[in-house]
Amino acid sequence: MKPDNKRTGASVAMRQVVKAFGENVVLNKLDLDVDPGEVVVIIGPSGSGKTTILRVIMTLERIDEGTIEIDGRHLYHEQKNGVLTPASEKHIRSVRSDISMVFQHFNLFPHMSARENVMLAPMKVKGMTEDEADVQAQELLNKVGLGDKLDHRPSELSGGQKQRVAIARSLAMEPKVMLFDEVTSALDPELVGEVLTVLRELAASGEMTMMMVTHEMGFASEMADRVLMFDRGQILEQGPPDKLFKDPDHERTKTFLRAVLSH
Amino acid sequence: MDDLILNARQYGNLLEGTLVTIQVIVGSFALGTFMAVVMGVARLSDKKWIRQAALVYIEFARGISAIILLFWMAYALPILFGAPSMPPMLAGILALGLNMGAYGAEIVRGAIQAVPKGQTEATIALNMTDRQRLRHVVFPQAVPIILPPYGNLTIEVLKGTALVSLIALNDLARVAQVIRQNNVISDSPVPLAILYLNVLVIYLILAQVIAQLFKVAERRSARRFGST
Amino acid sequence: MTRWDWDYAWEITPGLIQGMLTTILATLLGITVAVILGLFLAIGRRSDRKWISYPLAWIIEFIRSTPLLIQLFFLFYALPLITFIPEPIRFLSPLTALVVGLGVHYACYCSEAYRAGINSVDKGQWEASTSLNLKMTTTWRSVILPQAIPRALPPLGNYFVGMFKDAPQGSAITVAGVLFVARALQSADFRTVEPYTIAGILFLIVSIPAAIFVRSLERRTFYET
Repeated sequence: MKPDNKRTGASVAMRQVVKAFGENVVLNKLDLDVDPGEVVVIIGPSGSGKTTILRVIMTLERIDEGTIEIDGRHLYHEQKNGVLTPASEKHIRSVRSDISMVFQHFNLFPHMSARENVMLAPMKVKGMTEDEADVQAQELLNKVGLGDKLDHRPSELSGGQKQRVAIARSLAMEPKVMLFDEVTSALDPELVGEVLTVLRELAASGEMTMMMVTHEMGFASEMADRVLMFDRGQILEQGPPDKLFKDPDHERTKTFLRAVLSH
Repeated sequence: MDDLILNARQYGNLLEGTLVTIQVIVGSFALGTFMAVVMGVARLSDKKWIRQAALVYIEFARGISAIILLFWMAYALPILFGAPSMPPMLAGILALGLNMGAYGAEIVRGAIQAVPKGQTEATIALNMTDRQRLRHVVFPQAVPIILPPYGNLTIEVLKGTALVSLIALNDLARVAQVIRQNNVISDSPVPLAILYLNVLVIYLILAQVIAQLFKVAERRSARRFGST
Repeated sequence: MTRWDWDYAWEITPGLIQGMLTTILATLLGITVAVILGLFLAIGRRSDRKWISYPLAWIIEFIRSTPLLIQLFFLFYALPLITFIPEPIRFLSPLTALVVGLGVHYACYCSEAYRAGINSVDKGQWEASTSLNLKMTTTWRSVILPQAIPRALPPLGNYFVGMFKDAPQGSAITVAGVLFVARALQSADFRTVEPYTIAGILFLIVSIPAAIFVRSLERRTFYET
């Protein structure tokens, strides 16, 4: 567990969030509060919509109903004369600057080197000079153990290396909330460890709020402040990893954990 | 909207021109398809000289512009053969058909190559001749692959038919030009923008008809092969 | 009458080459218009605003399905008579009309090539751009187009060669390209074999190497993710 003294990052508050794809209701009036600096792991059967939680916070999918607040600011709404109205793209962009996401399939920019991948957004979005962005990129790539791969293209990197570049790329935006969507699922087993090491450091630093969807139960029990069992558009149960993994309340949680851990 | 309409006589003229255009596209399509199949198969022949002859034809007929080929056919070729002239309809069909055949041959070749090798091996196991193999096994499977690009090619040739107006064949494009020239002596000249928009729309309709015909053919060939 | 007169052939070749240079010039200008306009058409067609994307799709279909020759006639003969259009726009010189005609016609083809290239860019690239909070213009400029354009290059190359073959249609609106020169020789000297044959040969000399070059583009490999 990590020290509680210097926690930063932003809070996330989801209220009655509904998201449906046609007939399929993926988030069913979801309420969820995440504290600043908290590390939350979301588990659940595939197709349960757990990835959608991250995707609506990142605005990759727009919600149908409800509200989401980041650090007390509405993501999808604006207060106009005391009334909550749908937000402009400009407003969404402004709130979104506190959030970043790491993807299962990395989504690195294939036409750019590792360094350029990390430099792009700080230069274009934050207006950093090329020199500043370069210094920062080198720092971050060093931090994830890729100081020697600065000028490699994604196609020249292993899966684990790509994912570490992707993490550095997100860190470069200094987000207060980082979302991790099954970031080790696409990796060969022997490459999972190097990515988890980086995640462990980030979690231990307490510098940001982290929400992750993962099947790495070992990592979850070690690093998570809280584990959510998500099922059928709702949080079935939640609690500290010790409680949830060892003594879950619901039969469905037990069945799920048995299935995941046995293989 | 009345302003977009021409008078009945002019529509009558355009209709006559359209019929000539249809003759040119049908003739060019027939010649082009014949050349496409023959040359597409020849490109895959076992004999090197056949392959190379087909390649020369394809490179030549694709490399030269359809409009240049048309003028050469209409005005140079008859002289080379000691004939006084060639009917413009024939010159148009030859030029457009040979041009189409070269593009079509590449489509046919690609489609034949896309038929799995196992099919050829199966025909060898059944002791079929090459001709039987092509006719009964390879072509039926190549047709669904050929049809979509072939429809686009046919529309390109339709657009190309307008060029025959330049060698004095009274097709749709030339009828429009004649109406324009008659404007000079006419008491009530036709607004040219409206004239040309009408002509363009007629070509658009012809193109849509061709596209629909190919869609029907695609559906039929897809049904023959079930869901694969 | 001999069917091929070498002396005459040599005599007319410089004029035909001169015409060919005009044809090449029209093509170079036309393709410049086409690749730039085509890119905007492709981006416009992806717009969320239906009042932009639907009419664009329709206009592209219309221009692609109708003969370039009639479009050239429209630009050259009909446009000057449309009085509400400002004069500098409606009175086009023959070469300008040809360049505009070729450029717009082929822009519609180019937009399809770009569209295919853009669609082939992985959805994750858009999502990564969102997660880095990139502006839409930055996403297009720095992420999507650098991946889409290389993939569109082979078809764009084909359209370049295709446009070159269509450029002699300018002779119908009095652009002094290679075909115009050949036709002028026909009416002046009553000779057809040499002018049209040399015009054809000049064409092949340019277009076959160009086509081979384009095919070598197609064999290039592109970025993998």
